Amino acid sequence: MGSLALKDLYEGFRDPKTIRALVKRIGIEAEKLERDIHIMEVCGGHTHSIVKYGLHQLMPQNIHFIHGPGCPVCVLPKERIDHAYRLAMQRDVILVTLGDMIKVPGSKGSLQDARAKGADVRYLYSPLDTLKIAKENPDKKIIFFAIGFETTTPMSAALIQHVIDEGIENILFHINHISVPEPMKVLLDAKRSKIDAFIGPSHVSVISGANIYEEFPNDYHTPVVVCGFEPVDILEGLLMLLKQFNEKRCELEIEYTRSVTPEGNLVAQKLMDRFFEKRTHFRWRGIGDIAQSALQLREEFAYLDAERIYSDLLPNREIDDHKQCICGEILMGAAKPVECRLFGNACTPSSPLGSCMVSSEGACAAYYRYGNMR
Amino acid sequence: MKTIGLAHGNGGEENGRLIEELFYRHFQNEILQQAEDAAVIEEGKLAFTTDSFTVTPLFFRGGDIGKLSICGTCNDLAMMGAKPKYLTCAVIIEEGFELSELEKIVLSMKSELEKNGAVIVSGDTKVVPKGSVDRIFINTTGIGEIRYRGISSNRISQSDLIIVSDTIGRHGASIFLEREGMEFSTALESDCRSLWPVVEKLIEAKIEIKAMRDATRGGVAAVLNEWARQSDICIEVQEEKVPISREVKGVCELLGFEPFTLANEGTFLIAVEPKDAPKTLEVLRSMEASSMAEIIGEVTAGYPQKVLLKTPYGTSRFLELPSGELLPRIC
Repeated sequence: MGSLALKDLYEGFRDPKTIRALVKRIGIEAEKLERDIHIMEVCGGHTHSIVKYGLHQLMPQNIHFIHGPGCPVCVLPKERIDHAYRLAMQRDVILVTLGDMIKVPGSKGSLQDARAKGADVRYLYSPLDTLKIAKENPDKKIIFFAIGFETTTPMSAALIQHVIDEGIENILFHINHISVPEPMKVLLDAKRSKIDAFIGPSHVSVISGANIYEEFPNDYHTPVVVCGFEPVDILEGLLMLLKQFNEKRCELEIEYTRSVTPEGNLVAQKLMDRFFEKRTHFRWRGIGDIAQSALQLREEFAYLDAERIYSDLLPNREIDDHKQCICGEILMGAAKPVECRLFGNACTPSSPLGSCMVSSEGACAAYYRYGNMR
Repeated sequence: MKTIGLAHGNGGEENGRLIEELFYRHFQNEILQQAEDAAVIEEGKLAFTTDSFTVTPLFFRGGDIGKLSICGTCNDLAMMGAKPKYLTCAVIIEEGFELSELEKIVLSMKSELEKNGAVIVSGDTKVVPKGSVDRIFINTTGIGEIRYRGISSNRISQSDLIIVSDTIGRHGASIFLEREGMEFSTALESDCRSLWPVVEKLIEAKIEIKAMRDATRGGVAAVLNEWARQSDICIEVQEEKVPISREVKGVCELLGFEPFTLANEGTFLIAVEPKDAPKTLEVLRSMEASSMAEIIGEVTAGYPQKVLLKTPYGTSRFLELPSGELLPRIC
């Protein structure tokens, strides 16, 4: 990939003049608001951008960000991180996963710790790199520990397709794919929830389409704008939301029109559907049990499922976070990271106690890293 | 059972803690506690430093482990205003290492020594069984003659200006791509090079150098944070002034890295009083190794011991020490 093309993807979307102009327009709309508005950016990528670029510092007093649960490693409960650790510690196993997963500590330690103890743990840029590792290590079992929302699920599905088509016998899967809309509903239903509107993650909608959020304006009376990740995208999306409030509209809108359509990528959806089905329940760290919120391999692909094959080895007892951790409150918008007594003291990115501190996309980690300048 | 993880060698938070809580605690003495790039000994006449080198791949775009092992130690001396003079060289080689590769490394060391006007005066060779080390480890230790006294990370003061000598993050970004076998059609290469010729020019120009440090592991973020802490100052950096090449920006964009925390091997930071800044820039820009030099920030009383990164649209954030291992993000 040439760097020129890459630059074109973001350069205009960080332009200081455009940012200032949008902030001004947001200010004008905000003045017309009848009450304070709490906007949840669901995705960790948005949280990261907001805090990195300091967009929250530019907001009028009556606009508040609530940092959502959209960071796939943050919401993975400790017992599942322990699965990765246990699998990695098997002598004949090479555990492969995406980079974000390596540092996250379970109850025994992180994959990084497992590696220091001799485990073979590797991170990938593309799940398809697993094929190469499997070919180079025919005497080992390669377990792909799959994490992520709808954005990364098609890549796992593509890898499964290759494994089946090429008859590869030494690749297994541990599936932790989760879905965005279900936790949004749970958060809206929570008594203490302050959420008035959502900024929807655009990369998820590139795959699943914007329509997965249709029920929020329709059934929950909560508007959604599907947004890109650059500062200009986020500000533009905010402006669209504020206009909805001032014009008494409640709709699903797309800001990220350069890649998102209402229906999404139908080919990818079909591929995912072939291999995966919904789990009846999945426990989210910081939130709790959410029905129909995660995927597992369908019964007919059980022979590829490390979770089933190694079930004797994998603990399922629920492990909760530190008692004083307020990640649940933070995810509902009832508290800010700095209000937690553990924040920055007992709980830091190098030794996180709660889900929001775990990855750079978690609200606490983003605040810690980039400072709470407001 | 606590064990050493890769993060303990990252030049950032964990690395710093290990050094302070173990090595400094037990080796405690006045010279060591100065925590400078090189120790200043013999009443300020000599600078003394050591560094060990391990890099994958051994031969990379812009250099190799041999060149790196001379630049690394000589640059640490140069950063204390010292002319590199005498070096020792110890190599630990894995059984089976190709002799022709070893010679390539040695020749590259020789050529880099010449640029510094330094010589290897003592050495040691160990060969260990296959698997005991990753191909080859090199340690160099160096003594330099201090030509400019008083450089210290502990005496930067309010209103001083911070200058960076070149575009940042090139070594870290290019090594990462090569190590991971990622094919990029770019001109990106390591900035690995000797800095003494540049420093010599600065001294000749009679610039009053307050602090100077090459931004190796942990990158510019690590140096600025160490300075802020050691001198008890706030450093405010204008983000848009920091020179970053298009290639490094692209790599960071793609993998979710921060250019400020990527390693450099021939790019340094210098703190000077405002009166010396124009001359410093002029001298730096006259040399190829520092032609892209820029004033990137100034020292204020804002947030003591913190580094503040300011955007052109009026927001700011703290630039923290890098922590953990360099890992790409998924989305």
